Amino acid sequence: MKIQAELLLFVLLTTALVNPVLADKKGYEIAKKSDTLDNGWKDSTSTLVMILRDRQKREVTRKIRNKTMEVPGDGDKTLIVFDAPRDLKGTKFLSYTHVNRPDDQWLYLNSLKRVKRISSNNKSGPFMGSEFAYEDVASQELDKYEYKYLGDEKVNGIDCYKLELTPTYKYSGYNKMIAWYNKKTYRVVKIDYYDRKDALLKTLTFSGYRKYLGKYYRADKMEMVNHQTGKSTVLLYKNYKFGNGFDDSDFDLNALRRAR
Amino acid sequence: MYRHAALLCLLLLLAWSFSAARAGKTQIAGEMGLEARLFRDSPADSRQKGDNLSLYLKPEFYRKFSKSWSVTFRPFIRLDQHDKQRSHRDIRELMFHKVAKTWELKLGISKVFWGVTETQHLVDIINQTDAVEAPDGEEKLGQPMLNLILKRKWGTTSLFVLPYFRERTFPGYRGRLRTIPLVDTTRPLYESKDGQNNIDYAVRWFKTIGPWDIGLSHFNGTSRIPDFVAGTNASGEAVLIPFYKQMNQTGLDLQLTKGSWLWKLEVIHRRDKGSTYAVTPYTALTGGFEYTRTGVFKTRADLGLLVEYLYDDRDDPTKTPFDSDVMFGARLTFNDVASTQLLGGIVLDTGTSERAYFVEFSRRIGQSYKLAVEARISSNAGPASPLYSLRNDDMLQIEFIKYF
Repeated sequence: MKIQAELLLFVLLTTALVNPVLADKKGYEIAKKSDTLDNGWKDSTSTLVMILRDRQKREVTRKIRNKTMEVPGDGDKTLIVFDAPRDLKGTKFLSYTHVNRPDDQWLYLNSLKRVKRISSNNKSGPFMGSEFAYEDVASQELDKYEYKYLGDEKVNGIDCYKLELTPTYKYSGYNKMIAWYNKKTYRVVKIDYYDRKDALLKTLTFSGYRKYLGKYYRADKMEMVNHQTGKSTVLLYKNYKFGNGFDDSDFDLNALRRAR
Repeated sequence: MYRHAALLCLLLLLAWSFSAARAGKTQIAGEMGLEARLFRDSPADSRQKGDNLSLYLKPEFYRKFSKSWSVTFRPFIRLDQHDKQRSHRDIRELMFHKVAKTWELKLGISKVFWGVTETQHLVDIINQTDAVEAPDGEEKLGQPMLNLILKRKWGTTSLFVLPYFRERTFPGYRGRLRTIPLVDTTRPLYESKDGQNNIDYAVRWFKTIGPWDIGLSHFNGTSRIPDFVAGTNASGEAVLIPFYKQMNQTGLDLQLTKGSWLWKLEVIHRRDKGSTYAVTPYTALTGGFEYTRTGVFKTRADLGLLVEYLYDDRDDPTKTPFDSDVMFGARLTFNDVASTQLLGGIVLDTGTSERAYFVEFSRRIGQSYKLAVEARISSNAGPASPLYSLRNDDMLQIEFIKYF
């Protein structure tokens, strides 16, 4: 009897101690599965139309082309060419995302034919005047966040895991993010962003997921709504192409200069 | 002026027909701008004109022939209300470009930029300054070249053969923002017996190592910056005659990108070749930082603070205005839909009370127009200073640009 009581106490104690750890581990496992399933796509190109809407629903459009390469064990390399608005035509942006150190970023200014290395701690800054911050469009690496599993929830009829993400990198504009992962595909369906004061700032919804190369999912549409300003931005991805055979020489400063 | 106008029309027609037809695989882009310059004071030389209107066209044609070959053509033309020298045209680029995995070849007229600093570009030497375009020297003339780029693990090496020299442009007698006396561009002097056909050579090595961007360069040939010889022109007026020397210049440019800080340094060392005209070798540098704070004043704007020190060991005001000067500047990037930007600053001479102030503002209008406003003011320039000629040329420039 005494032994049983002690055992019960032990079980209760360990459960109380271990459970939060277990919960965190589950969050990490879900995020890891999501990350692993998206490994091995090697490279892709796509075009992107960005629609910026203000509170009065007035719209402006941006057009960019994307070229990305996976770097095993590190973040992706991305080369972006701006096509519209026209004064930005020929402006180009190169970034090397890293997991454990600041990203490397260069900008090419077409009128001066000048390559300029820029600071990458503008993570919370708006990307091209949109509601997306640089950190929202940069490659999402597993170790950039700490994860906490919050439970299961349905989003637009899809069964999801609900996770809390806390950025581990410096200069993030967010205190935390709440993300919903599709239980079947492990793709993110929705993210709520909370600002530094922990107030709900933005909501990002992904739609039109398509499967490429038989197993990699990419969303056709991403919509970011800023709850504090009433502004929103829609990203429409088109012409995804995989298997381009890119290597490092397609993402160096010479490539940045000559990209079209 | 009329020849320029006819050419402008021709280019416009060409640009229009290309953009209308999209001409197969030829890509076309470009810009056209209307510029107004307003001057606060009446000119120091009574022949100089007052407020001025000007128009420019800068189209760009690009065509890819195969996976690795392409050609770029960028003509430029400006029509100026008063200044005949500023009404000018140029081929900024007409370049064949071959790209391979480990090397690239550029053949034709092109533009190259080297360096990291903002106030002046000491290391940047391949292209001649189109000095009638802008007082800050940012506009360059097209340079004929053969350029081989070798891409290796240990860095990128760029080799240049430059077979033809471009003379610097200077404003004409009616123009503002010029030297007094006037520069006579009709009969430049060269140290090289081959004159404009002297073949120049240059090499540059560049590598990024972690947060460091390192460039080392060497140039051998005709100096892009002329010396001036006092003379008289056909009408007996005292003028400055450009004299282009032969020289060797070694340059270093360095940037350290660390957190919110960009640390920048450019150093050059120049030695003149000719024994007759040789001046003492000299060293010049520009160094400083750019510090950026994001999300300032509780908005989405970024504020950048710029400080640069400019030094030239000749300490000769007839050679450079930047013998020992400090530039303080601030750049406000609004990160808004219209990409609004405001840059302001001051250049202080540490030895005299000479000051130069500048403000630059730009904002997109709609999807394909831009408004750019610029103000330049100088004060306390003594008669020995190169800025003395500009003492009455405090200016407000308003530009309206259409992109196509």
